Amino acid sequence: MIIKGSIWKFGDNIDTDVIIPARYLNTSDAEELASHCMEDYDREFIKKMKQGDIIVAGENFGCGSSREHAPLAIKTAGISCVIAKSFARIFYRNAINIGLPIFESAETFEQSKQGDILEVDSEVGVIKNFSNNKEFQINPLPDFIRSIISAGGLVEYTKKEVRRRK
Amino acid sequence: MGKTIAEKIIQNHCNKKNIKKGDLVKAKVDFAFANDITGPLAIEVFNKIGVKEVFNRDKITFIPDHFTPNKDIKSAEQAKIIKEFSENQMLTNYFEVGQGGIEHALLPEKGFILPGQLIVGADSHTPTSGALGALAIGVGSTDLGVVLAMGEIWLKVPETIKFIYNGKLNKWVGGKDLILYTISKIGVNGANYKVMEFSGDVISQLSIDNRFTICNMAIEAGAKSGVIEADNVALDYLKERARDLFQKINSDSDAEYEQTIEYDVANIEPQVAFPHLPDKGRPISEVGEVRIDQSVIGSCTNGRIEDLRIAAQILKNNKVDSKIRLIILPATQQIYLDAMEEGLLKVFIEAGAVISPPTCGPCLGGHMGVLAKGEKAISTTNRNFVGRMGHPESEVYLSNPAVAAASAITGKISSPEEVV
Repeated sequence: MIIKGSIWKFGDNIDTDVIIPARYLNTSDAEELASHCMEDYDREFIKKMKQGDIIVAGENFGCGSSREHAPLAIKTAGISCVIAKSFARIFYRNAINIGLPIFESAETFEQSKQGDILEVDSEVGVIKNFSNNKEFQINPLPDFIRSIISAGGLVEYTKKEVRRRK
Repeated sequence: MGKTIAEKIIQNHCNKKNIKKGDLVKAKVDFAFANDITGPLAIEVFNKIGVKEVFNRDKITFIPDHFTPNKDIKSAEQAKIIKEFSENQMLTNYFEVGQGGIEHALLPEKGFILPGQLIVGADSHTPTSGALGALAIGVGSTDLGVVLAMGEIWLKVPETIKFIYNGKLNKWVGGKDLILYTISKIGVNGANYKVMEFSGDVISQLSIDNRFTICNMAIEAGAKSGVIEADNVALDYLKERARDLFQKINSDSDAEYEQTIEYDVANIEPQVAFPHLPDKGRPISEVGEVRIDQSVIGSCTNGRIEDLRIAAQILKNNKVDSKIRLIILPATQQIYLDAMEEGLLKVFIEAGAVISPPTCGPCLGGHMGVLAKGEKAISTTNRNFVGRMGHPESEVYLSNPAVAAASAITGKISSPEEVV
């Protein structure tokens, strides 16, 4: 998979309450959730971002609540992937499960800035920054997690498993 | 090499032999649950998978607790989805408003959680139940939807950090202070992907309610779960409740921990976590002058009977400051009833507090106590993120019930010593 887009940069500990405030969790509608994505961090984010943009963040992205509405809002808003120094555990699982591409790379966070253009090659495991001509390594994923991603998320993976067991 | 509780519980629930830390395994789940926010998405996932029936109708429940009693039409629609699914799947247990309460207080109280079990909940505070020696893990809705269908979940065998608490607890210091202090030391991602195992003489002497509070907030350090070995205190609690036989599981004496951290609790005062992260804890003596608009006592963290008893002890013969809203939320209907029979509700009302039905409500800025722009609250809940209790420019300070009750009387964040 190759993803190209420009960066929205965030700091450490971006929690699920700022990604999608709880006051909007009275619906599971993905479009509606997406319209409030990152609202408590930057009210204008959803207006300013473009389809395919990439979020780059520091440590512990997605900490806090288990709400899957958070990665769902990011994905539905049109963010192509999230790159962070590290992810909170439940957010990490949720993103993999729903098919929002996420990558761990401290270098990308440290050596890229807002608006830089990135290209992520998840097969090769490399991120290129076209704005400063630097290349960064992606921490490789375990095989089992790759198999979930290549199935198209946990639902599709589980459907195959159900068919296999019949 | 010996194994930790977490490793042993996962081992007992998977087919793979001799699991090691870092292994990815599929594990069988003993009990699974979701609420009115995470449930509808999990049900959507279950329907997409396309199996007709849940894996076991005794081992699943849905608990409407976040925006309930339904705060608006949309919330009502969400709650209706989990209710209808529970009916259609003929689930053995469903806890309608008035017959339940907050999931993490309710499930142990009703005897669903047993030592040695693997529990999966679509809510981040699921680790609360680790206080009974279970491995209780919070997940998202897709994971839970798959559990509904398959009865199993993929897990990474985690590292465990062992925390040992020694010494004598100071007055007004309880489980909430121990966990806020611990998180302030290791940080909000200090235990990311890991299990926190709490032990030592201090833990052995703590009541079960204080233990629930400690395990509840393991997630605020990023942990996969928090766990305490089931001892006599836990077994006493389970005696009249346990719905099944169980075998308690302890860590081996030669278990391998990623780290062992010891604290002398004599150095720990009541803690207050400042905005906007739970790891911004300070001792009460270093808080300074912080005026508040609201005090909240309740939640899956501190809405149990002992928490309410402490609040009543402080509020008895005192009055809530005339400009302060004190909101008290018993976590379950049973706790509400117990508080009534013990006369605690009378104390609260006479002091000028309002008593809410059991709900997560204000903890996540849902209802029953949302903050306006610029307002500040002291709260016994678990998170103080930006906008957590309402307006993005409001502030939440986290504390134990004694500090929250004392602060309601003085109108500023205060030590219980100031009012007792």
